[in-house]
Amino acid sequence: MQNNPALSPTFAEPHDADALVQVSGIGKRYRPDGPPVFSGVSFDIRPGEFVCLIGHSGCGKSSILNILAGLEQPSEGGMIMDGREITGPGLDRGVVFQGHALLPWLTALQNVTFAVRARHRHMPRHEIREKAEHYLAMVGLEAAMHKKPAELSGGMRQRVGIARAFCTQPRVLLMDEPFGALDALTRGMIQEELLKICAQTQQTVFMITHDVDEAIFLADRVLLMSNGPDARLAEDASNPLPRSRTRETMHHEDGFYTFRNHLVDFLVRRSALAQKAATA
Amino acid sequence: MLSQENRLSFFLSFASLLGVLLIWQFSTLPQASRSPYGIPDGNAEYQRLMGRSAVASTVRSDFPTPGAFVRNAIEVLHAPFHNNGPNDRGIGWQLGASLLRVMIGYGLATLVAVPLGFVFGLQPVIQKALNPFVQILRPISPLAWMPIALYTIRDAELCAIFVIFICSLWPILLNTAFGVASIRREWLNVIRTLEVRWPQRIFFVLLPAAAPTILTGMRIGLGVAWLAIVAAEMLVGSSGIGYFVWNQWNNLSLSNVILAVLLIGLAGMALDAALAFVQRSVRYAE
Repeated sequence: MQNNPALSPTFAEPHDADALVQVSGIGKRYRPDGPPVFSGVSFDIRPGEFVCLIGHSGCGKSSILNILAGLEQPSEGGMIMDGREITGPGLDRGVVFQGHALLPWLTALQNVTFAVRARHRHMPRHEIREKAEHYLAMVGLEAAMHKKPAELSGGMRQRVGIARAFCTQPRVLLMDEPFGALDALTRGMIQEELLKICAQTQQTVFMITHDVDEAIFLADRVLLMSNGPDARLAEDASNPLPRSRTRETMHHEDGFYTFRNHLVDFLVRRSALAQKAATA
Repeated sequence: MLSQENRLSFFLSFASLLGVLLIWQFSTLPQASRSPYGIPDGNAEYQRLMGRSAVASTVRSDFPTPGAFVRNAIEVLHAPFHNNGPNDRGIGWQLGASLLRVMIGYGLATLVAVPLGFVFGLQPVIQKALNPFVQILRPISPLAWMPIALYTIRDAELCAIFVIFICSLWPILLNTAFGVASIRREWLNVIRTLEVRWPQRIFFVLLPAAAPTILTGMRIGLGVAWLAIVAAEMLVGSSGIGYFVWNQWNNLSLSNVILAVLLIGLAGMALDAALAFVQRSVRYAE
């Protein structure tokens, strides 16, 4: 954990050799005459890592995720994944969208089948279906797979969205505040399931959130953004808690409160200071 | 509670039908003849001078009474498909001829307008470039095309089909373009991240997503086509329900005209109901 941004010059450093994704100095400017939303953002994502990005609204979190997904182009900088530059969307990056983004005229199963078929174009029909059913079972939706999104609860819809992203077996899973619209109970349950599935499948995840506890529970590393406009990546904090943490016992672990206070303190106070320091 | 509401609305609808029939009945009752010169009604000498029988002190309106209309309608609908040459064909035959024209013209319009609407919806540049022309062509009454069509096509049958085509084209085109352009960005992002190929994108995502809006355009288009066909057939037809209406007006058979008008309404309602059924089947809840 690097508490002092001044002592953490890592962002300008050469990237890890074993990084799966290398983001170098990306920035986004929507109007040529205005200030950039964010700029100079660099970080690595190593294989099997769960990285959370936290920041206030308007700091360009979602833009960073969209750029990683290839849905938006950065105004500056670039990204390399597996030694190749990311220029557009692709099946090697699965996306769980903020709104579930399920196709409402298809059932849960058909939504997942659609993604499996996109990934495995020449797979026989029954194998595609089996694969889709497998991923729906993984998120606990065997019973509801013939229902349409409108007939599912918010939590179930988001699970279908997760199953759809997982079923293409992406190298990196990108999640944009996937649980933002869910109630606390459902959110907790799905977080646990997600962590279990990620541990089983060694899934690399990059997730946007504004919930500190969610980040502490899920992430191996937490990236902190300062406030926009012209937001920066202010800090890259490793989670000191062991990977065996659970939601119930997490707050008994050594260092939980130190880490949590550090993050909350950043969001409440230092995110604005960091912005001032950057613009001064 | 709802059934009571239903009963009330049924009663009101029945009562208004009855009211219209009563007004119709009373306004077509035989009336005492009135002379414009103050000669008393029923004056036998005046009646003789007017060429009527001396006892006929009343005149009958040319407009049929409801009873006369129903008797005539039963007779006409008894053999709707009789065919005694071009001037004496059954009303079913005429209605069928109109429906066939509409189906061909409207079918062609759909085949052109839906793909073109997709191009408009997906390529804002093309939409912007061609929109002025669409906006100029759209408000033109289909019948205004008639002389141009007659001169260039030189075939009455094809002209009628062209008129149907040109008037149902615009609502389908504009609604398709709007439906495709307003597909939720999220769904487009999903198909982009899944690298779905273009045919699959169109048939599995874009088309189902825009289908309800496209169907709205198709319903408007069919309504306009059904309005236009009657007028077009009055001008060019040797068959069709519009021709039938005009022919019966020339025969001064108002019973047949009323019957045809009612059938035009019923057929239009049936066409719209069929498309409404299709629209319900493609609708989705978000």
